[in-house]
Amino acid sequence: MEILKKIAQCLEVGDDAGVPPLVRQALAEGIVAKTILDDGLIAGMNTVGEKFRVHEIFLPDVLLAAKAMYAGMDVLKPLLLSAGVSSRGRVVIGSVQGDLHDIGKNLVGIMLKGAGFEVIDLGNDVAAEKFVAAAKSHDACVIGMSALLTTTMPVMKEVVDLLNKENLSGKIKTIIGGAPVSQNYAGEIGADAYGYDCAQAVAGVKKLAAAVP
Amino acid sequence: MALRPQLKFLSAELLERIVAEARDILCRLGTKVQNPRVLEMLAEHGAKVDFEKSQVLYTNSLLDRCLKSVPAQFKLYDVLGNETHDFSGSKIHFTPGSAALHVLDHQTQKIRKPDTTDYVRYVQLLSGLSHIASQSTAFIPADVAERVSDSYRLFLSLLYGEKPVVTGTFTIESFQVMRDMQLAVRGGEKELRAKPLTVFSCCPTSPLKWSEITSQNVVDCGASGIPVEFISMPLSGFMAPVTLVGTLVQHTAETLSGIVISQINSPGAPVLYGGSPAVFDMRYETTPMGAVETQMIDCACNEIGKYLGLPTQAYISLSDAKMLDAQAGSETAMGATLAALSGINNISGPGMLDFESCQSLEKLVLDNEICGMTLRLVQGIEPREDFPARPIFEELLREQHLLISPHTRRHLKSEHYFPGPVIDRANLSRWREEGSLTLGQRAHQEVERLVGAWSPSRLAAERKKELCALMEKEARRWGMDMLPARPVEA
Ligand code: B1M
Repeated sequence: MEILKKIAQCLEVGDDAGVPPLVRQALAEGIVAKTILDDGLIAGMNTVGEKFRVHEIFLPDVLLAAKAMYAGMDVLKPLLLSAGVSSRGRVVIGSVQGDLHDIGKNLVGIMLKGAGFEVIDLGNDVAAEKFVAAAKSHDACVIGMSALLTTTMPVMKEVVDLLNKENLSGKIKTIIGGAPVSQNYAGEIGADAYGYDCAQAVAGVKKLAAAVP
Repeated sequence: MALRPQLKFLSAELLERIVAEARDILCRLGTKVQNPRVLEMLAEHGAKVDFEKSQVLYTNSLLDRCLKSVPAQFKLYDVLGNETHDFSGSKIHFTPGSAALHVLDHQTQKIRKPDTTDYVRYVQLLSGLSHIASQSTAFIPADVAERVSDSYRLFLSLLYGEKPVVTGTFTIESFQVMRDMQLAVRGGEKELRAKPLTVFSCCPTSPLKWSEITSQNVVDCGASGIPVEFISMPLSGFMAPVTLVGTLVQHTAETLSGIVISQINSPGAPVLYGGSPAVFDMRYETTPMGAVETQMIDCACNEIGKYLGLPTQAYISLSDAKMLDAQAGSETAMGATLAALSGINNISGPGMLDFESCQSLEKLVLDNEICGMTLRLVQGIEPREDFPARPIFEELLREQHLLISPHTRRHLKSEHYFPGPVIDRANLSRWREEGSLTLGQRAHQEVERLVGAWSPSRLAAERKKELCALMEKEARRWGMDMLPARPVEA
């Protein structure tokens, strides 16, 4: 469908003003909201993600594309809701207690939003209990944690343990990231995924969200 | 006197404009300070404080007062009380990059978590590196409880080494024991104040924010006479304007706010006008320390610090490479050279790879030679017994060489710096005969030689005992009954 291609292309050039009229036009042409989301907006973001990976475009281009995506989502959201299509899922993110580093976490948050997730950002210095409480109250399917200090990494394990204790580990998945942690560490503490950059974080969250019943 | 070669990036006009703009930012936009105690102090001293939003607006008179009380220079002393550092004028001193998460293991060539043995070997090695004037708490041994990982590094440094230490805490609580260790070495508060032993890195959070921990660290250091280096880290294009000038305005504002926090509580507290600004790599989402623009910002920050009348610091002679390769050497050497030519007083970085995340002992010995070369560089070109020139040329023509001339023997060691064994100057045949060693292999041999040549610190035995008691108590507080075994007697 030509119009969906156009929406995707608009995203790729970061034209946030151009997206909403095209989305409206697609709706007028009778294309359902879910198709516009999947084959227009998300398809466009996927192309953008790939171009970023091979350095054809840089981070600002990705963020502009994400902004264009939000503009399109604003039009689609009420329709998706009334059609009973839920968002891709809610993700609670934060830098763990004792850690003030939040640059990486912020970037991951922006990218997750760009990929269509609802993101609840708890900021930095977030205690284990707060992660779990927020995930419960927002009905989130994934908790994303960032740590940049060796001293703060153990908080990640506290969150995983707390989820286990409350029998929530099947319902709420965990992903971790930041310079001192690794795939190995994720395995060690029982976190469900690890990401070394934004693209990895998004891919990880997508997989986890899909696995949550 | 030799002309001190000096590098400058900023015209007087541009520099003054940057400082004026930074002041405007502080007075009109202000900074966040997430520390109620510090907010109260700031309010008492005339800053406009919104306690609810933790927001502080500074005034020019407050800035002027603090800039007036901050010392233009200070000194550091080793564990034995001997002067090692004079942070004044354009004098330069190198210190290893601090707080790495990992080390590069020479045997396996893998990046891994370090342990106590790695740290002790590091201190032993550093004791023998003559161009690196201080230790830093260079990496985090992973075999102790996380909550003591900051104090444990300082403990090992003070126990095994004699050089002063550039360090810092990760929490508010760690400060106490890290101060007590210094008191144990010096023997008392007055003695520590008179002869500072460490410098604590304290970071504002870009953009324009002081966290509870780091602002408290600044206040606590000031109260104990422990020097602080401010490490503002604006990231150009991300957490700071993309332009180098815009980044400089932000760095200036953040560092000036740190000076205020330090001086209101303890006027005259020693500080280094420092930083670790960097450009943000928009392709890889990283903070390259070897980028030429990062290094240009560092040098320009130093000019601003000097203009404001302060001694300076920067994170500049290090690399983003993951191995001890050509990238590691070239980025480090470029940074060290620019820093030396700029006259940055405390140059942080040697040994460091992977964006401040990985230390390498082998790189430290290479970097020590790079530091040696730059230290020679800044001595410049000085006429010694060169004029009138005719007599030495008469001697040369008469003798056909000057190898044993008294003039040569008098000036050889001061005119020429002899790097090695890492920097290779053998001819091809000799290099082959000696095993065709790569730079990494030569560096490793030197690491082993210097670690083997180490002799215990001359700190009095009872002070070492006191250090051990303090560390053991701190470890118990965080649930560790025993400290890891140490590879050699201190
Ligand atoms: C949810 O799922 C996921 C998935 C992927 C995830 C994820 C979550 N989170 C991250 N990712 C991944 O995706 C992101 C995008 O690619 C990536 O995120 P990153 O955060 O890795 O990458 C960012 C985009 C860019 N990178 C960064 O932002 C971090 C860079 C380095 C240089 C760094 C910075 C910038 C800062 N610091 Co600090 N800092 C260092 C860092 C060294 C390093 N190379 O990591 C490190 C981490 N810091 C350190 C230290 C010591 C400190 N710092 C401090 C402060 C600061 C600044 C304020 C100056 C600044 C942070 C500003 C901010 N708002 O975050 C202090 C912290 C106080 C505290 N309690 O938190 C202080 C304690 C210093 C002091 N004494 O005051 C060291 C850690 C030592 C250790 N062993 O634990 C350090 C390795 C540097 C060093 N050698 O000193 C991936 O990791």
